[in-house]
Amino acid sequence: MKLLTHNMLSSNIKGVTAGYPLLIEPQIITTTEVPINPNFLRHIFPKLDYSALVAAAKTLGFSDLPETAGVSDLEDEGFLKRFNHALLELKLEAGALVCPESGRRFMVSKGIPNMLLHEDEV
Amino acid sequence: MWYLCVFYHRLLDYRKPEVEALAELFGGGGSPSSHHRLRWKLPEHHHPDSPFHFVDLPSEHIARSIANRSILVKGIYEVWGEGSSYEELEEAISCYPEERKSPYLVACTTFKVNIDSFGKAVSSGVQQERIQRLTFIPFKGRVDLRNPQHKFWLMETDDYGSNNGLPPMVQKTIFFGREVGTADRKLLPTYQLKSRKYLGPTAMDAEMAFLMANQGLADPGKLVYDPFVGTGSILVAAAHFGAMTMGADIDIRVVRDGRGPDCNVWSNFKQYGLPEPISLIRADNNLPPWRAGLQEVFDAIICDPPYGVRAGGRKSGGRKLLKGAVEPYTVPDDKRAGHIPSTAPYSLVECVHDLLEVAAKMLVMGGRLVFFYPVLREDEVAETDYPEHPCFRLVASCEQILSFRYSRVLLTMVKIAPYTEAIAETARKMHLDFKENHLKWLEEGNLHSAVFTPIDLLSDSSGDSKLWKELKPKYRGKYV
Repeated sequence: MKLLTHNMLSSNIKGVTAGYPLLIEPQIITTTEVPINPNFLRHIFPKLDYSALVAAAKTLGFSDLPETAGVSDLEDEGFLKRFNHALLELKLEAGALVCPESGRRFMVSKGIPNMLLHEDEV
Repeated sequence: MWYLCVFYHRLLDYRKPEVEALAELFGGGGSPSSHHRLRWKLPEHHHPDSPFHFVDLPSEHIARSIANRSILVKGIYEVWGEGSSYEELEEAISCYPEERKSPYLVACTTFKVNIDSFGKAVSSGVQQERIQRLTFIPFKGRVDLRNPQHKFWLMETDDYGSNNGLPPMVQKTIFFGREVGTADRKLLPTYQLKSRKYLGPTAMDAEMAFLMANQGLADPGKLVYDPFVGTGSILVAAAHFGAMTMGADIDIRVVRDGRGPDCNVWSNFKQYGLPEPISLIRADNNLPPWRAGLQEVFDAIICDPPYGVRAGGRKSGGRKLLKGAVEPYTVPDDKRAGHIPSTAPYSLVECVHDLLEVAAKMLVMGGRLVFFYPVLREDEVAETDYPEHPCFRLVASCEQILSFRYSRVLLTMVKIAPYTEAIAETARKMHLDFKENHLKWLEEGNLHSAVFTPIDLLSDSSGDSKLWKELKPKYRGKYV
């Protein structure tokens, strides 16, 4: 699971109002190489919760992202590289995503988060 | 400028919409909100199902881009002349403006003349004879049969009536044109399902997956989502055209495990050297895991939802729970980790409602929703019978006949209005209605029995008039 996905996911259990962002309990972390696509990065940047991305990247061991960033930073190659790395190159192969409100754990295995709700959460 | 567009004679309903979608992709079709569609003209005496159509495109560059990316366009040609006899053709070509012809006839170029005859094969002797009739054209370049710079086509259309059921031509037409672009059909043997590593029973056929990706305008830099990803066959096509992809499925075995470490969705992408999807999630499209406030993220949602005929859809909740047979139960903590939540049957009506809702919220303005919708052939289906949503405008509906009883229609919708709180409220009410009246919706949307019930059980008091209504012409089948 890449951090772009993590940025979009939340715990939508019935009754939970603060299910985002999910806390990450990493077990296996991998990195792949993804060529930088500036158009895509500029297109996706405004849709993200940037602070959640920074925090998630730190949990996966990457602390090089600046705490805040604006649209103008996307013109800087250095930032683009780090942004691309955090968003698309880091991958959580196995671990768990934890709901910040209820503590419910959503398992991640083989790179795939299981976001299916149990019968009493629906 | 008018070009001759010659189609492969298959998937007839899909031909023009593909060209129109690609025209929009390459900047030639205008925006859908302005209702501007391409102008088409049929050659004289031709039937609408004919492979020959004239289309008005803004430039040769756009025409070439459309043809090269398409799957069903055999070629787009700048017509230098047409006629019902070679005398008429010669007259027409001579009258065609010099400045349009001379750049392609100069001495320093290479060229080749191809002969085509729709509906029948032509022996090489006859081909040579026809090429000889063109000696009046002042070709100064050198002939190169392998890799010519300019390709010319001499096309005769008269005999196509016999084998494929089209009404016979009233009169022969001969076209002579310069090729501007052609489809790359070699994509199909490369991506054919026969050699795909990981397949499922509903994996989308390669040709159809590419058509869907074209309808969705998949392109580098775009994000394409499939909420019913299965084995990823649709995303493979989108990834081939350079899009970033994401997929979800409620069945964890299909999306995570596959059939082994080298036989799963990821290996399908590796097989073709395509970038792997950004994410694959196990999720229920009925209760999607997106954070509140996340909107307008995807450029296209392209999918084949389960319609309950060959593969039934599922949603979270538990069948007995929804029927009211059991109370909601809590899974004991020690069993939670490996618990597989029970799921309930998902009627087509609710499935499509949820798909439209997710698409309305998550697509960018101008983004496309492309999905298959099943129809029973004996019902007269007008465009007004297709699913609707205030955020979308339907721009194409392409029917593919699957059996005597039913077809599937590829619907292409464009998001033209933003998702508002009012729309969200209506959706919430509908979601509750589906939950409360679970059994009623299941019965109403039961396509499976409509398709597979023996015929004599179907004819009711109206006699057998329903089944013998005018169905599409005989030559229409699964691939035409």
